[in-house]
Amino acid sequence: MMLTVEGLVAAYGRIEALKGVDLTVAEGEIVALIGANGAGKTTLLMSLCGRPRAKAGRIRLLDDDIAHLPTFAIVRKGVAIAPEGRRIFPRLSVLENLRLGAVTADPAYFDSDLKRVLGLFPRLKERLDQRGGTLSGGEQQMLAIGRALMARPRLLLLDEPSLGLAPLVVRQIFDIIAAIRAEQKVTVFLVEQNAHHALRLADRGYVMVNGRITLSGSGAELLANPEIRAAYLDGGHG
Amino acid sequence: MAYFLQQLVNGVALGAIYGLIAIGYTMVYGIIGMINFAHGEIFMIGAFLSLIALLLIAALGISNVPLALALTLLFAMAFAALYGWTVERLAYRPLRGSQRLAPLISAIGMSIVLQNTVQLLQGARVKPLQPVITGGLVLMEGDGFVVRLSYLQIIIMLLTLALMIGFTWLIHNTTLGRAQRATEQDMTMAALVGIDVDRTISATFVMGAALAAVAGLMVTLYYGVVDFYIGFHAGVKAFTAAVLGGIGSLPGAMLGGLLIGLIEAFWSGYFTIEYKDVAAFAILILVLIFRPTGLLGRPEIEKV
Ligand SMILES: Nc1ncnc2c1ncn2[C@@H]1O[C@H](COP(=O)(O)OP(=O)(O)O)[C@@H](O)[C@H]1O
Ligand SMILES: [Mg+2]
Repeated sequence: MMLTVEGLVAAYGRIEALKGVDLTVAEGEIVALIGANGAGKTTLLMSLCGRPRAKAGRIRLLDDDIAHLPTFAIVRKGVAIAPEGRRIFPRLSVLENLRLGAVTADPAYFDSDLKRVLGLFPRLKERLDQRGGTLSGGEQQMLAIGRALMARPRLLLLDEPSLGLAPLVVRQIFDIIAAIRAEQKVTVFLVEQNAHHALRLADRGYVMVNGRITLSGSGAELLANPEIRAAYLDGGHG
Repeated sequence: MAYFLQQLVNGVALGAIYGLIAIGYTMVYGIIGMINFAHGEIFMIGAFLSLIALLLIAALGISNVPLALALTLLFAMAFAALYGWTVERLAYRPLRGSQRLAPLISAIGMSIVLQNTVQLLQGARVKPLQPVITGGLVLMEGDGFVVRLSYLQIIIMLLTLALMIGFTWLIHNTTLGRAQRATEQDMTMAALVGIDVDRTISATFVMGAALAAVAGLMVTLYYGVVDFYIGFHAGVKAFTAAVLGGIGSLPGAMLGGLLIGLIEAFWSGYFTIEYKDVAAFAILILVLIFRPTGLLGRPEIEKV
């Protein structure tokens, strides 16, 4: 298993946002986590990176227990994230943002990785010297994913890559996620409210309600599930 | 005219020194969003370390002045950097993430501890030093007044210029500099790309302290005396310089330092030397009221 999470509990102060989460992600898989706003999806992704730190439970990356490592050390083990809100460094150029993505990578790969990422996101190529904060929402999302890819991650975490984007851009982003997995053999764990796209793309999916996993199955199974259709699909998401 | 020119020369030299100290304030503020109140004391320690080194080197019989100065600089920078690192570890890091007031109090406490330690070790007596660098250039003579640019002033200006260029380059072009700017903009995201944020913050304290030590050496040579409370006075002025230039801004710290140096020189040249420290306080208060972002600071809105 690339990622094994067992009984993960995480909290903000006294508020428990994760109440014992179990899930696995196999090497090379794309796994989607869907759930309503406030379910705890972001908290799960972030606690895989140590923020907030797991209060109980285990997080294993391949054979390493990473639950107690500081964030930068987890990232150095091969986890990269395009977090909620994108968190582009606003006053650094696009190129510098990408360089920062590569902080943990072997510098020998930098040039070829940069070329590859700019190949995936040609829009960024024209804007390399522009400040990150001046990009459009879609471009920032591309930069956030590109920055994560520059780390040459084993496990790529994506938090709502489609949030706030025009349908056409959403399609583009999901196509690129599929391409990344195919070409680079990266394992992808993504969080989405946009269940339709996510489940169509994913090999497997989990559903989170109130800090707990309530359902899991293949992407197709979950897409066909009437409960899920009612809760997450027929609500009008593209 | 000649008198004016002389004040200008003096002001630029003084401003260079303030600018070097101001960089430490501005960088630490930029990265952790708080004022390192112990920074003035680090400067004071840098001055004492310089004095000790100069006396030691003289005692060892090294009479080559450039060599003696280089050794002194190295010694002062290394030990001041160690002090800066220790201050961060002891007074700031344990309180990271707590309320804003706690590290502030901790910083002031650290400042008092450092001041009193040096006072105990060195005695409250003013320490004199024989002039190490003498002589200079006569720039012009007029109105029965001679305008001098001393060799020491030239060294101060050139060394400061070199350090500021080198430093700016480092911040913009190295991995460490990029990590510092990233940490400054979004500490969480910096950690998420794999930056060791604690180490980056330590490095910032170390760099600021090393520059303050250079300023300490300059002041030691310039005035020939060191006492344990110079840290407070110079600290207030350098802090004012940082605020005037725009706290968090590197070029702002340099510009602010220069302006404060000039204001102080002209104030003592044309008004009265007694109130020269009041000028810095007055400017600090005026800037905080009318332009809290300083001259080169960015408006808070842009800080995403
Ligand atoms: N920084 C925070 N401090 C306190 N509570 C938080 C914080 N972030 C999220 N929460 C709470 O944790 C719960 C889960 O939030 P989140 O993980 O952001 O959900 P999702 O990403 O599924 O929308 C919510 O109740 C939210 O209010
Ligand atoms: Mg979320």
